[in-house]
Amino acid sequence: MAWDWQVFCKETTSGDVVASCFGKGGDITYLDWMLSAWGWTLGVAVLALVVAMLVGSLMGILRTAPDKRLVFIGNAWTELFRNIPLLVQVFLWYHVLPSIFLSLRGVPSFVLVVFALGFFTSARISEQVKAGIQSLPTGQRYAGLAVGLTLAQTYRYVLLPMAFRIVIPPLTSESMNIVKNSSVAFAVSVVELTMFAMQAGEETSRNIEVYLAVTGLYFISAFAINRVMLGVENRVRVPGMIGGKA
Amino acid sequence: MNLDFTFFTWQVVSSFVLKGLVFSVQLTLIAMVGGIVLGTALALMRLSGKPWLVMPAAAYVNTMRSIPLVMVILWFFLLIPLLTGKPLGAEMSAIITFTLFEAAYYSEIMRAGIQSVPKGQVHAGYAVGMSYGQTMQLVVLPQAFRNMLPVLMTQTIILFQDTSLVYAIGAYDLLKGFEIAGKNFNRPVETYLVAAVVYFVICFSLSMLVRRLQKKIAIIR
Repeated sequence: MAWDWQVFCKETTSGDVVASCFGKGGDITYLDWMLSAWGWTLGVAVLALVVAMLVGSLMGILRTAPDKRLVFIGNAWTELFRNIPLLVQVFLWYHVLPSIFLSLRGVPSFVLVVFALGFFTSARISEQVKAGIQSLPTGQRYAGLAVGLTLAQTYRYVLLPMAFRIVIPPLTSESMNIVKNSSVAFAVSVVELTMFAMQAGEETSRNIEVYLAVTGLYFISAFAINRVMLGVENRVRVPGMIGGKA
Repeated sequence: MNLDFTFFTWQVVSSFVLKGLVFSVQLTLIAMVGGIVLGTALALMRLSGKPWLVMPAAAYVNTMRSIPLVMVILWFFLLIPLLTGKPLGAEMSAIITFTLFEAAYYSEIMRAGIQSVPKGQVHAGYAVGMSYGQTMQLVVLPQAFRNMLPVLMTQTIILFQDTSLVYAIGAYDLLKGFEIAGKNFNRPVETYLVAAVVYFVICFSLSMLVRRLQKKIAIIR
């Protein structure tokens, strides 16, 4: 079969090929549409990552706290969000929550997906953060408390600075997963890359070209996040620790 | 709003949900067995040290692991009929996709498992006159498999959760069963809630089992 990459220069309503490949006036080409879809994918992924990091760190910390009740809250949260498929969680946010909490009615599905994906990933991040804190010798916690720091200060100045550095590699792979997982947003009509691939593929009947381009963009996005996280890892490296480039 | 679960009778469960549950379990089991077999083969290829085996296996695994599963499902749904020349049902397409996709993830687990077996075991195998194949089959793989059993099972739980993504090509799985029941009785909120509970109960009990298995293995070793 023959390739037809011109499909991206077509105008979405009339199907005419636009010379510059970018639409003018209110009209958009499939290329314009794909780039905006890429923006939605990255938007969902990055915002969900922020939610996941904040909530996941909090829950991970709670799971290492001396208070049994806090540990229970952290554990319950993690089990709850880890054992329900992401797509079902997205549907819960989209179909179930707004009909129980009426104030959520007008919230756009983009925001709901960000929270669904963020909370889902927070369960995984809480596992990593907990493992990171527990990998530190118990003596560090006692040392912090012994010099008169409060529990919160011990976490802030002694435990977390080391724990976070230790868990950066697994957090990197979670960050790349979040880009891939953002594809489930198609199910609640967020026009991100997967949704674009399905719709544009159907409209133009050039599925292979469209899928290839979208797959390429997913590759680039995940790779970019990987580079950013590597940069972070190198910047915050503790001198003298294994894993650093001297 | 008032939640009303009274429409959820055995009649509804047996006519909508069970069919989907059977398919989800079937898909999970086939993809697990096929994925572990294929994944072990891929892991052996990557550890063989022969570039013409290492490179294709590594390329396959890395490609599969970099693409969202939903896109992989769409790709196969598009490509398999093009290659075979005849249309394929969404269910069959899902089975092939998940087997090939999960093989990449299982292969990473098996690779770590094989690498966790001490080198002396391989030398011992050779020393008693076994061939490479025999050493792998009789000495290394049983230990690797056993060491990695909890991780393999955890991956299978993730696989079971991921089967819900066949939504993208409209295959009739557990989630779809709930969705259709919800549409028929105009009770989508209740059915999604029940779906979440059912998935949670299944996955949570399985992960408890894995945890017990982990403890058991840890004691023996």
